[in-house]
Amino acid sequence: MKIVFSTSGDGLDAPLDSRFGRAPKFLAYDLETDSFEVIDNLQNLQAAQGAGVQAASTVARLGAGAVVTGHCGPKAFRVLSTAGIKVYPCDAPTVAAALELYRAGKLAEARNADVEGHWA
Amino acid sequence: MMLAIASGKGGTGKTTLAVNLARVFDAELQLLDCDVEEPNAHLFLAGEPGEETVVTVPIPEVDERLCDGCGECGRICRYNAIVTAGAAPLVFPELCHGCGGCAHVCPQKAIREVPKRIGVVETFRSGNIALVHGRLDIGVAMAPPLVRAVKARRRNDAPAIIDAPPGTSCPVIAAIRGAGAVVLVTEPTPFGLHDLTLAVDLVRELRIPFGVVVNRAGIGDDRVHAFCAREQIPLLAEIPDDRRIAEAYARGKLIVEALPEYRALFQDLCGKIERLEREDPE
Repeated sequence: MKIVFSTSGDGLDAPLDSRFGRAPKFLAYDLETDSFEVIDNLQNLQAAQGAGVQAASTVARLGAGAVVTGHCGPKAFRVLSTAGIKVYPCDAPTVAAALELYRAGKLAEARNADVEGHWA
Repeated sequence: MMLAIASGKGGTGKTTLAVNLARVFDAELQLLDCDVEEPNAHLFLAGEPGEETVVTVPIPEVDERLCDGCGECGRICRYNAIVTAGAAPLVFPELCHGCGGCAHVCPQKAIREVPKRIGVVETFRSGNIALVHGRLDIGVAMAPPLVRAVKARRRNDAPAIIDAPPGTSCPVIAAIRGAGAVVLVTEPTPFGLHDLTLAVDLVRELRIPFGVVVNRAGIGDDRVHAFCAREQIPLLAEIPDDRRIAEAYARGKLIVEALPEYRALFQDLCGKIERLEREDPE
């Protein structure tokens, strides 16, 4: 299964970004092969609106089964849950630390968005 | 004549200027209050209410029996208002600008457009002034379609003054587009100057002749004047920082009625604006 982390860097030691829709990058980690790829989110970083919607759809296209991020708003959450992707809010400092917590089963799945939308 | 009154900064006196200009205009005139997030011209005109019309925007509705989840609708939408994440697309009506692109590109013809209410257009009559304003519903963030609905009430047989929203974003562009001249109201302060320069860039981009009115003249500094001189922008009028004007405003009174000595200032300004529009080289 692929698990996607919001991040501002290019590797496992990079910080976990607390934003989802406007995170600079996503790191998609493949738990089967222990490999990862980094996807740029620059387009959404500058979007006037709907960054969370578009980021969630990017994650869905990657075929991910879970997202680990700082916070997730209502529209992104609705897209992710429709796509069957689980959301794990996490305040770990790095992607590696968040991955460890996930593997240890120490992250709780979000049942709802944990922050308000920015638009309406 | 179709004159728009705008400003970069909010609270500089757009409505004050609009309602007083409208009142000293010596004939039938339309006042189009396009500040649909907080229309307030009616507060100063004490007009008789006329009709109220509901304004809607078309938003997509997906027939899930016809949709095959191809995702074309999401790819055409630049506002991220429709996205395919599972079988059928999700619609976010509050992000939708109502362009109809998704319904147009859907290969399965699974999308039809349904109206979503965004606000109302209301009319009032006060003496020589036919006031039209838009009132956006609470929670709605999509002002431009309502601004356009207000402007669609423009009659060709009478001059019109448009009271634009503050700022320099889409609702302002929707309000001033098509105007024959724009008056930018500012105050002579660093904030006023900063936002004035943004508004100047905007009206130059739209190629509309414009001039500046300095409100609350006497406060702040002389940098707005220096900027206008340097940029060869006509300074059309200065409204002094007179406490009595603020008092009249606070009571919902027109300056030209509470303080008749200011009538000449607004009448003179009226003439200058008409010349600005007439002398437009384009």
